[in-house]
Amino acid sequence: MKDRALKIGLLVSGTIVLLIMGGIVFTLMSGALPTIKEYGLSFIFSSEWNPNPDREQYGALPFIMGTLMTSFLALLLCIPLSFPIALFTGEYFKGTKAASFISTMVDLLAGIPSIVYGLWGFYTLRPLMVELGLSQQGFGVFTSALVLTIMIIPYATSLSSEFIRMVPNDIKEAAFAMGATRFEVIKKVIFPAAGSGIFASYILALGRALGETMAVTMLIGNVNAIPMGLFDSGNTMASVIANQFGEADGLKLSSLITIGLLLFLLTAIVNSLGRLIIKKLSA
Amino acid sequence: MKKIFIIIALTVALLSCGNSTQKNSTQKIGLTGAGATFPLPFYNLAFKTYNKSHGTLVTYGGIGSGGGIRSLKDKIVDFGASDAYLSDKKMGQMPFPIVHVPTCMGAVVVAYNIEGIGELHLTPEVLSDIFLGNITKWNDNKIADINTNIKLPELPITVVYRSDGSGTTYVFSDYLSKISNDWKEKVGCAKSLRWPTGIAAKGNPGVAGTIAQTKGAIGYIGSEYAFSLNIPVAVLQNKSGNYIKPSLESISAPASAAIPADTRVMLTNSPAKDAYPIACFTWIVLYKEQAYDGRKIEQAEATIKLLKWMLEDTAQNLTKKVHYAPLPVAAKENAKAILQTITFEGKALK
Repeated sequence: MKDRALKIGLLVSGTIVLLIMGGIVFTLMSGALPTIKEYGLSFIFSSEWNPNPDREQYGALPFIMGTLMTSFLALLLCIPLSFPIALFTGEYFKGTKAASFISTMVDLLAGIPSIVYGLWGFYTLRPLMVELGLSQQGFGVFTSALVLTIMIIPYATSLSSEFIRMVPNDIKEAAFAMGATRFEVIKKVIFPAAGSGIFASYILALGRALGETMAVTMLIGNVNAIPMGLFDSGNTMASVIANQFGEADGLKLSSLITIGLLLFLLTAIVNSLGRLIIKKLSA
Repeated sequence: MKKIFIIIALTVALLSCGNSTQKNSTQKIGLTGAGATFPLPFYNLAFKTYNKSHGTLVTYGGIGSGGGIRSLKDKIVDFGASDAYLSDKKMGQMPFPIVHVPTCMGAVVVAYNIEGIGELHLTPEVLSDIFLGNITKWNDNKIADINTNIKLPELPITVVYRSDGSGTTYVFSDYLSKISNDWKEKVGCAKSLRWPTGIAAKGNPGVAGTIAQTKGAIGYIGSEYAFSLNIPVAVLQNKSGNYIKPSLESISAPASAAIPADTRVMLTNSPAKDAYPIACFTWIVLYKEQAYDGRKIEQAEATIKLLKWMLEDTAQNLTKKVHYAPLPVAAKENAKAILQTITFEGKALK
């Protein structure tokens, strides 16, 4: 009797989650309908964003570009930082106090609220960028990407560290017995074994970067145009929604909801692609 | 164990009964409002004073004029606040008829961040050229020609504007549309615009903070934000050709002209001799018929009581503390008359 009750309970909770997901997608799509009717697919490729009610025109391209640029740049900068840390805690100094200390510190980074990152970025990182002469006012894609990098390091590191740790000792010892150097063991044994897991951790980190709102909106300059250079100002999908949602109505509200739907689809696509690649890698 | 549990349960039950009868007779009414960040310094001070003297807590959320009107539309606040009055079309889109009650006058100032220079003078042409992106460096001839007694650096100009829907943006773009046909055609006047150049920040505090932190920045903010952060403001040339600094007198001067009974008028680019060119009213917006959606009469009465108090001298004198200006006599009379027209179930409220 208890077994059946448990089974039904689990089915129910699973169904509820599916229903909530479906409800969210349905609300997004019905809210996006006016914009899709007005612009069709050209909404995704139009870079005109004019919120003046007398001459309204909306297009999502600047925000899609801004989101992709900041997130992928953050991932690119994150890999050379998080992979060595993962190796350090997962392989080289596995089990030592130093490793557990470092992984605790890295995990703490994930606990810092994103608004605090934004504040730190505004008052510390931005003047640094101005002093280094990299950017005129310090806002822009690069500054936001830097802060995003720091924010996603814990996600990439802790998960890949786990996968590296899970590589069975016997195959490592077998490689050592054959005379492989430490580096060769990493390249030829650990990497293939934990590779798909490490890749999955980076997909997770990318997903986190795609949706980040507060830290980015304080540092990206909020300019509704496609950034032409690395140090140009721009805007991301999450940031424009956060800024303009409060007072939007009519076509503007519908355009913002469409951008939310696009962000949702983008994250879903990235995650599915990642899963596909993992399947190919482990097959 | 069981005895202790029963005693605790009974005590809790008795206490909660006692509380509920007390609550009905001495329940405190709280008021909520939301809207413009422009009058936020004045409203914060006024509501704090009101709470001390009358015991009613007023919570005000500075989410921008657009957000305030939206909150009023969704009926989640007692009143909204905006520096941009609603057009007839927008008023028609509200669920019920609304009225605008002016509360004070303020100035939108042009703040800048250039080290080591004195007062910056700006004419309407140069101001609109800067914001249109036609002038990109501070030592441009056009700026230097009207500021012969200061040395301007070769610094790029960074324009700062609002990223959210803002009544302050509406007032500033209304002024720019009046003084520049180019601006009127290319950008226009609204709470949210497609700006030709510059970067954006959220809220008056966001723009003020960005200007203070960015060398070579120029932007538009409510006067109190400039004064409290010690950001220098430009001296603007008004319609009569005089260079005017924002002050109590220069802000109030435009309202000495005739204003309509419902007080919905933009006071920018006033022809008065000593008028500051970007002065404005700021309004509290609420429904004319207060008995909507099960709203209680006590709540409506408390709202009207607050607004009546805002028009009295105690409140109006607080504006000077935050570098805004009190309502001139004519506007105050209009406001009081508007308050008289607010009803609850058709009957006028005390």
